[in-house]
Amino acid sequence: MKHTIIAWMEDKPGVLSRVAGLFRRRNFNIESLTVGHSETPGISRMTFVVDGDDRQIYQVQAQLFKLINVTAIEDVTHEPTVIRELALIKVRADNTNRAEIIQLVDIYRANIVDVDVDSLIIQIAGSQERIDSLVKLLSNFGILEMVRTGQVAMVRGGNTRPPVRHNGVS
Amino acid sequence: MAEKKSGAQIVWESLLREGVEVVFGLPGGATLPIYDALAKYEYPIRHVLVTHEQGAAHMADGYGRATGRVGVCMATSGPGATNLTTGLATAYMDSSPVVAITGQVPTSLLGRDGFQEADIHGVTMTITKHNYLVTDVRALAQVIKEAFYIARTGRPGPVLIDICKDVQQAETEYVYPDEVNLPGYRPTLTAADPDAISRAAHLLNLAERPIILAGHGVIIANAEDELIHLAEKAHIPVATSLLGIGAIPQTHPLSIGWGGMHGEAFTNYALQESDVMLVVGARLDDRLTGAFSTFAPKARIIHLDLDPAELGKNLRIDIPLVGDAKLTLRELIPLVEPNQHTSWMEQIAEWKRDTDRRDLLAQETDDLVPPFIVRQLWHLTDGGNCIVVTDVGQHQMWEAQYFLHVKRRGLFTSGGLGTMGFALPAAIGVQLGRPNETVWVIAGDGGFQMTMGELSTVAKEGLPLKIAIFNNGYLGMVRQWQDVFYNKRYASTALYNPDFVKIADAYGIPATRVTDRAGVATAIRQAQAHNGPFLIDFRVEPFTNVYPMVAPGKSNADMIRRPLPAEVEEE
Ligand SMILES: Cc1ncc(C[n+]2csc(CCOP(=O)(O)OP(=O)(O)O)c2C)c(N)n1
Ligand SMILES: [Mg+2]
Repeated sequence: MKHTIIAWMEDKPGVLSRVAGLFRRRNFNIESLTVGHSETPGISRMTFVVDGDDRQIYQVQAQLFKLINVTAIEDVTHEPTVIRELALIKVRADNTNRAEIIQLVDIYRANIVDVDVDSLIIQIAGSQERIDSLVKLLSNFGILEMVRTGQVAMVRGGNTRPPVRHNGVS
Repeated sequence: MAEKKSGAQIVWESLLREGVEVVFGLPGGATLPIYDALAKYEYPIRHVLVTHEQGAAHMADGYGRATGRVGVCMATSGPGATNLTTGLATAYMDSSPVVAITGQVPTSLLGRDGFQEADIHGVTMTITKHNYLVTDVRALAQVIKEAFYIARTGRPGPVLIDICKDVQQAETEYVYPDEVNLPGYRPTLTAADPDAISRAAHLLNLAERPIILAGHGVIIANAEDELIHLAEKAHIPVATSLLGIGAIPQTHPLSIGWGGMHGEAFTNYALQESDVMLVVGARLDDRLTGAFSTFAPKARIIHLDLDPAELGKNLRIDIPLVGDAKLTLRELIPLVEPNQHTSWMEQIAEWKRDTDRRDLLAQETDDLVPPFIVRQLWHLTDGGNCIVVTDVGQHQMWEAQYFLHVKRRGLFTSGGLGTMGFALPAAIGVQLGRPNETVWVIAGDGGFQMTMGELSTVAKEGLPLKIAIFNNGYLGMVRQWQDVFYNKRYASTALYNPDFVKIADAYGIPATRVTDRAGVATAIRQAQAHNGPFLIDFRVEPFTNVYPMVAPGKSNADMIRRPLPAEVEEE
């Protein structure tokens, strides 16, 4: 089963290589991975989606936790979470079909962020499924380029998740 | 304001603050400032010059295992640093406390593929517990403090510090920090959860065929007394892993040997048939368990380890206990009931008698087989009153089977990585850490040649190592596998050996050769009587195999056994 896991880590040189190296070496099946700043200076926040059985999901957390620079880990799969991904999609567009594309963009609450004589760049933020579905429709017009960020996740509600925790693996 | 010091001075002063007495290393361009500071300021640290940096890493590892304190090795950038890697990986697999210091090209040349640049920080990421690249002298003292702390606390392991050459030369105000700042590092320093401990006790109290499997973790945690106390109180037999040997004296009535691919057959039967198994500080790796799904099929498993990642890594665990072995066993002991498992012990004794009937030494032959030498050595050291360091191969297994270890921290061997070439350099570290004890090296003719250049270190440092080479003319363990599984096609396993007696002689080390059983005791006595290093070249029977043997991917229940003498005659 797929799990969404958040890991907080010190923003130190080599920390990304350590995490990536660990995923590779231990043969974990990582489907998506994003990393960026957290609310705490010096602490980065990584969201990743990993597929595996219970043993593998426990292992991925326990092994990550052994990395000296990893300060906290949380499996949010069974929590109420907001999960979002951002995509930029460049599609072929001319006078014959531009209106049709704009209509789709409206329906999906996406945005057009660049217009040229024969192309458009569309930006969409949303769940993976919503993006997948827009991509499918846009592919009829010819997708010239695409970039997707991978998913980021945040648990709903007022409880904050301390980026440094002392109880080990959740 | 604190005094200004160079990075090179900071290295030595910090090592002194960490209580370091000896450093194993070999200098080069990128460590010249560090070495110069040692000469200039005459720091009271013994620097042992090695022949090859792999040796330096094994020495630091041996020192770490033998003393429980951090062993330190040093190498220059590029090839010096890459030469350390085998030793670091060895120390990592066997959880040994080591700090490795390497020189690196100056910060201005980093990433430009300059002379002798190798990205040792990247290379060693997955074979160290942690590592650092230091590009600013102001960070150096803090990094050294953290490196030592990480290496020795929790589950010990090697930590590498790569220091750019200009950092060694730059100056800063030197204050050795009192504290580490490691928000993500929280080693387990306490006993396991009390509820889980009481559930474990309950399971043990109900068991009919309980067994304790003790690993290296018991020794690292100095939990031997607690282990024995628990075993005696609840009358539970104690098996060990290869690295757990010595956790209980092997002459203790509850000691039932060590298990695994070439472990004792009766031990494997006991593990397989147990109904409750308490694993303490062992990783349950495949060499011990055989095919994971077939290991101890009837047992409920309680697994105590301070590393949460070991619990459930390879086997399904019924009661995981995350805790320090010593503290957790202390909590467990009052909860287990005094017990007698007489019929279970009798069953194990029966398996042991069967093992004894198949014993190589019970067979009528005059061949100089390695077990004979191991037994003789045991007798001539007053029943194992010495430290043994073994290399990797058949001789390693025979030593483990035939030498009854009674001494704590008395056997050192490369278990996890199985590194040929480990024994001689590791023994140098062991001897320096435990100067008042007799250290015997047992190595194969193949592995010995991988690091025998360190004979120079032995001679130079005047270390009284007693070195036994089990010279069978083959990469014996591989030859054995070719014998059993590849129809005796001995592909590239026959060795072309030098005359080891002459080799020793060339270093000024006295040596002798033994070709038959009659010469064994005399040679061992001669080695012991000599006040200094001594080497014995034992020309052993080449085609003897180690039994039992578990084929890869097979169950420990399906061991290949040495035939009974009667069966041999029938053939
Ligand atoms: C560095 C290294 N290379 C290869 C091996 C594979 N290997 C395991 S045992 C063995 C044979 C060792 O031969 P020797 O040192 O003569 O000991 P023997 O088995 O003959 O006692 C080999 C090649 C290893 N363990 N380590
Ligand atoms: Mg050999």
